[in-house]
Amino acid sequence: MSEKLNSKIPEGPLSEKWTRHKSQIRVVSPANKRKLDIIVVGTGLGGASAAAALGELGYNVKVFCISDSPRRAHSIAAQGGINAAKNYPNDNDSVHRLFYDTIKGGDYRSREGNVYRLAEVSNLIIDQCVAQGVPFAREYGGLLDNRSFGGSQVSRTFYARGQTGQQLLLGAYGALNRQINLGSVQSYTRREMLDVVLIDGEARGIIVRNLVTGEIERYGAHAVVIATGGYGNVFFLSTNAMNSNASSIWQCYKKGAFFGNPSFAQIHPTCIPVHGEQQSKLTLMSESLRNDGRIWVPKRKEDVEKLREKKILASQIAEEDRDYYLERRYPAFGNLVPRDVASRAAKERCDAGYGVNETGLAVFLDFKTSIERLGKKVIEERYGNLFQMYEKITDVNPYQEPMMIYPAIHYTMGGLWVDYNLQTTIPGLYAIGEANFSDHGGNRLGASALMQGLADGYFILPYTIGDSLAGKIQAPKTDVNHPAFEEAERAIKDKIDRLLSIKGRESVDYFHKKLGHIMWDYVGMARNEKGIEKAITEIKALKDEFWKNLYIPGENRELNQELEKATRVADFLELGELMAMDALMRKESCGGHFREEMQTEDGETKRDDQNFMYVGCWEYAGKEAGNIVHKEPLKYEFVKIATRNYKD
Amino acid sequence: MDFTLKVWRQKSAKEKGSFHTYQIKDISPDTSFLEMLDILNDQLTRKGIDSVAVEKGCKSDGPVTFDHDCREGICGMCSLYINGRAHGPDNEITTCQLHMRKFKDGQTITIEPWRSAGMPVIKDLIVDRNALDKILQAGGYVSVNTGGVPDANTIPIPRDYAEESMDAAACVGCGACIATCKNGSAMLFVSARVSSLALLPQGRVEAARRVKAMVAKMDELGFGACTNTRACEMECPKSISVSHIARMNREFLLAKIKD
Repeated sequence: MSEKLNSKIPEGPLSEKWTRHKSQIRVVSPANKRKLDIIVVGTGLGGASAAAALGELGYNVKVFCISDSPRRAHSIAAQGGINAAKNYPNDNDSVHRLFYDTIKGGDYRSREGNVYRLAEVSNLIIDQCVAQGVPFAREYGGLLDNRSFGGSQVSRTFYARGQTGQQLLLGAYGALNRQINLGSVQSYTRREMLDVVLIDGEARGIIVRNLVTGEIERYGAHAVVIATGGYGNVFFLSTNAMNSNASSIWQCYKKGAFFGNPSFAQIHPTCIPVHGEQQSKLTLMSESLRNDGRIWVPKRKEDVEKLREKKILASQIAEEDRDYYLERRYPAFGNLVPRDVASRAAKERCDAGYGVNETGLAVFLDFKTSIERLGKKVIEERYGNLFQMYEKITDVNPYQEPMMIYPAIHYTMGGLWVDYNLQTTIPGLYAIGEANFSDHGGNRLGASALMQGLADGYFILPYTIGDSLAGKIQAPKTDVNHPAFEEAERAIKDKIDRLLSIKGRESVDYFHKKLGHIMWDYVGMARNEKGIEKAITEIKALKDEFWKNLYIPGENRELNQELEKATRVADFLELGELMAMDALMRKESCGGHFREEMQTEDGETKRDDQNFMYVGCWEYAGKEAGNIVHKEPLKYEFVKIATRNYKD
Repeated sequence: MDFTLKVWRQKSAKEKGSFHTYQIKDISPDTSFLEMLDILNDQLTRKGIDSVAVEKGCKSDGPVTFDHDCREGICGMCSLYINGRAHGPDNEITTCQLHMRKFKDGQTITIEPWRSAGMPVIKDLIVDRNALDKILQAGGYVSVNTGGVPDANTIPIPRDYAEESMDAAACVGCGACIATCKNGSAMLFVSARVSSLALLPQGRVEAARRVKAMVAKMDELGFGACTNTRACEMECPKSISVSHIARMNREFLLAKIKD
């Protein structure tokens, strides 16, 4: 184990770790906070909440986003809800149960200490959001309503129609706006971070490209917080926003920050199926739909054929001819099994020839039973905007005919390795939200991403960052004319010039789509040794071709969207290779990482706790040595390790 | 499907723009409007590649620059004026949710950026919406610090109030209402936030202060007044009602009377 990999999990009983840690870490006095600068990159739930909370504490904060406004960050697209252990429905929920569900849902590949803390602060988040004026759904008595999500047997998900992410982000964005108005936070929009600058081994600033003018700009600080989200767009087609990218975390990796579990990507079971080659992105249909929707395919191949030829409608297939395969295979959890399980089950049915559309890659999500039970009005109240969204895209009315869905890349559990303080292996460099690897193990439960982003930003980072900043109260402001900034800026300019000067024959999207196909085919929902090795070879070849045959129209000193995409795809190509290497190394199946060689007789994941109960922590050791893996062993002191069972 | 596209091209805020005409062929009706633009951009990029290779010196226009991100109607990034309508010829959607099946084969489609004094063009179809952030920064929030707040269920809120607040909070900040308004008024956008917070007990505490600050900022930034044409409501992708403008006016008057 590398000596840098000290997780710093506090000693003591699980429920006392965070309290004990908070009482032991240092704090910075208000007078000294004013002297300290913090850079926050990204303005999703993690970034916006962190920037706001740090501004409230009195630090000088600079916050950066690639869009025209902090409110556009992709957290806004989260639909279904946010988990918390409030136990308002009186269904025997607790901090411990939320903790346990999350550890189990992650297939025992996350840290007990981190996950327990997440569950512990979950309740504070709901209080905070309500105080900010987030219009959560309510009962007629005026109190908050809850619904269920996958991987849990209680109702602990708070929601604001199908726009929970939007409402939480508007809350955090409001808090951020308040600090901008008060002058404690400065906001920089349409800026993309292209490198982190280290001075004496510590993160002291960033290099950004002004996306409007093309100018390269330098910003210094006493600490840098990365909150730039995940890297699902490696796959080209994903539910991520078009501009979501991995460049910030990837540049941190290249500067020495370790990368945890890069191959752990989540495939979401309920997305609108791919319709053709011209498609640019995939649309998610919220997991909350599985509360009232039932997933099925026909039992008989004849019906499948007729459906594909559009000779019959799904609604014409009789009840006894339908295979509700999740209810059949997983009686205890039914349609609410975790995402990885539901995705694989859909793939299994489609591979067996039961896919219900022309491409054979779709299953039904049906509301018939619920509409009969509850009435159309109730369903409309619960999911109206999702039904409308579905109809706009597909031209099919889901009140009459079931939705067609298929799994798609949605979230990445892997990310920058962080310790209990959310600090990466580079001192002064922090990573929060989806950008870090810490809380979800091999699979994230639904409605937990919002919880983690806000937990990190509002309630964890503002405490832990003080511990290291307390040692910097005498440190002068960072001089952006330091040679380290000069050097980083020169490297970025050289890279951009090099990209623009290739003048080859293929567009950025050509390479991105090719990479996406390789990743989906070999490092997607099912992986095997041969396939992954093939992927590595193909990605390497594609990378060479990219640097020889890319064409970018236009120039650097202007708003140039093709250039923006090119810098991102250059990084995706390298990250894709690392993901494949990690998938190859991990010869076990766990959570969303399914190695075909490692499965039980009935096709479930087979973990190898003996050999793989660790975090795969990758280090970039330079051009020659490349990517090296270290291991952070996972110790389970409080939870009994078991095989995940959603059957009974 | 084939289309003739008349697209607004403008190199930068300082330069003058004009319409350029392009032909596009074999588009599937299931293609989204932005995917159609992706295909156009691919064509324009190919032209650029050929002009380099052949060295004819024939200049390609280069791809059309437009704002987009989530492509599922929630981020509010996309902002196109299509055949004279904000977000194009369909109701209750953003541009990214528009599909080509809503057009006729062979149709000419005019594509422009938002046009409003408060939102100047940056390049091609991209406008500067910074003013919207500035209005919200002036007071579009509840002034509470992180932590130290009461339990979420301490104050019951009537369901109907919470629902109406949510109706207003659905605003994605795209700016369609402003682009559509003949006065370049931002009233629907501003009122959505004012009204959403005013309906909740948490937001009531500083409702008067908020509405005054936000209206003052809106006026300062040069947005026009409301003359009740309700065009904003028609084009709002989230169907936000002008009744929120009424509530904002009431809030504003009450706040001013007390001054």
